[in-house]
Amino acid sequence: MTKTLLSIRGVAKAYQGRTVLDALDLDILDGEFLTLLGPSGCGKTTLLRLLGGFEQPDQGEITLAGESITALPPERRPLNTVFQHYALFPHMTVFDNVAYGLRMEKRPRDEIRQRVTEVLTLVQLQDFATRKPHQLSGGQQQRVAIARAVVKRPRLLLLDEPLSALDYKLRRSMQIELKRLQRELGIAFVFVTHDQEEALSMSDRVVVLKDGVIQQMGTPRELYERPANLFTARFIGEANLFPGRVTGLEAHHLMVEVLGLPRRLRRPAFAVSAGDAIQVLLRPEDIRVLEPSRDAGIPGVVIERNYKGSTLDSLIELESGQQVLASEFFDEDDPTFDYSLGERVRVSWVDGWEWVLPDDGKPVPEEGA
Amino acid sequence: MFGQAFRQPFKNAVLLLVWVWLLALVLVPNVLVVGTSLLTRDPVDFLTLPFTLENYQRLMDPLYVQVFLHSLYMAAVTTVLCLLIGYPFAWALAGVDKRWQTLLIFLLIVPFWTNSLVRTYAIKMLLAGNGLINSGLQSLGVIDQPLELLYTETAVIIGLVYLLLPFMILPLYAVFEDLKKELVMASHDLGAGRLPTFLHVIVPLTLPGVIAGVLLVFLPAMGMFYVADVLGGARNLLVGNVIKNQFLDARDWPFGAAASVLLTLAMAFLLLAHRFSRRRLGEEGA
Repeated sequence: MTKTLLSIRGVAKAYQGRTVLDALDLDILDGEFLTLLGPSGCGKTTLLRLLGGFEQPDQGEITLAGESITALPPERRPLNTVFQHYALFPHMTVFDNVAYGLRMEKRPRDEIRQRVTEVLTLVQLQDFATRKPHQLSGGQQQRVAIARAVVKRPRLLLLDEPLSALDYKLRRSMQIELKRLQRELGIAFVFVTHDQEEALSMSDRVVVLKDGVIQQMGTPRELYERPANLFTARFIGEANLFPGRVTGLEAHHLMVEVLGLPRRLRRPAFAVSAGDAIQVLLRPEDIRVLEPSRDAGIPGVVIERNYKGSTLDSLIELESGQQVLASEFFDEDDPTFDYSLGERVRVSWVDGWEWVLPDDGKPVPEEGA
Repeated sequence: MFGQAFRQPFKNAVLLLVWVWLLALVLVPNVLVVGTSLLTRDPVDFLTLPFTLENYQRLMDPLYVQVFLHSLYMAAVTTVLCLLIGYPFAWALAGVDKRWQTLLIFLLIVPFWTNSLVRTYAIKMLLAGNGLINSGLQSLGVIDQPLELLYTETAVIIGLVYLLLPFMILPLYAVFEDLKKELVMASHDLGAGRLPTFLHVIVPLTLPGVIAGVLLVFLPAMGMFYVADVLGGARNLLVGNVIKNQFLDARDWPFGAAASVLLTLAMAFLLLAHRFSRRRLGEEGA
């Protein structure tokens, strides 16, 4: 029963000659939690503004449940926004803030009172109705902003980096709270963030944007395990990318040379021919760190170790100078499992856990996007 | 406590300076004015005993009440006009590109470099019977006879609006600068059109600027005697003219002081109203 609620067709937007969104197509399904993820300047906030009606697209059309809303001003669109800095009216109480939208609809007093109380209970702020926004904590203001937007029972809720102003712990609990609200309300959420961890943990689907173009669209798992390109691979999670070259082709396999070693890998979905440059993606948890005496893998030196509680993360520098991040779970049978800095090891992975990507020729960027 | 005073000599010196300043230049003069207003006029020494309330009684004279009311009226019209011009002006100013904003505010401030009395005479040159406006309109054939612009109530109000408009615009500009675009967007998002957004969000949030601007225009407008002198003729007096005339022409210091006290009280009343309205709006955090 997942049908398209909102559809974006060929939407483009430029500011002063600079393209921000480039002929973008996107369908948002009824009741889904969709995240727009990308680095700053990728166009995600602009897309949200276009949906909210605060900006007009240069080209393209936006339809909601089959009807075009492209030309409608924000006040006539049946969707609401939670703003990045909450945008609560400072001169109104919490109750009046939440009631604002219903008063604009000229609802009867009793109905307003009842619906505002209901939604304040939903966000657990029923005792704060008479407070002014400046008397609330950041997390509470955040929940008022959500209550104010959902009290109008929109078909779609737009959230513009709503958690970015909160500290880490509060962020985590608000993430869970938002997921709960979305389930209880059953309305579609379009959530904008630059935090890939947040995107993975909350979303049904994630849209990865860069320079106004959709890089990939899929479930968090698809994005993490089967990224469509190097940008997504690097942007989502930690990535070890090993450059390689195709040396031969079989029906379902590729013969490649990676870091000087010949390996036989599963053939990827994209077209390859012998001699092509490729990149082999391995997540830190897919890396196997072996004893230096073993006759497999690539030799390297542990240059950093980071105890994370449930895992031990180590950074290993290969002889080529490339650094590899390995994340290993503690082994119950080996309580002394650890590395010392400068320890010689070998790095390998289990065949089939790798993901092959075409090499787009761009250099590997510095850590962190 | 003294130890602390020695440990922060600079801070204490600055505080002392502020206190001396306030005592010598604010409190003492005001006490002198109030004291003077309670004394009796003396033709030779200006002031003499006994203490009396007669000066305040004389202020109740219909002649002075009328001057006060007319002055109040002209200041009120000036304030309303400044607000009507200044509010959209400040709104637009806060909306233009940052680079242009600096230039426009600079242009707004440039007239302050010329003495306001000189600028009042410039207005007189414009409004006079053979002034720029009349001769311009005549040579264009719009009018046959020169318009009677100078020495009217209108002339005084034009002068006051011209001199005081920047004092309305600047505080309004400050509140429009602070007005977060997201709040206006949120109002639209919640279903409010332009007018409801203006009434329920923009007006309440710019009200402190309106009140500050009104105070900065209304109070000086009551006292700018030279504008009434130069442009208004004998009939369009301000409270400031009464005060000035008592001190300089009639040599009646006690009565002039009483009129000053009345003006100061009117000012204090407005400032209290301003404070009250700010408290009601709440200390708006970001």
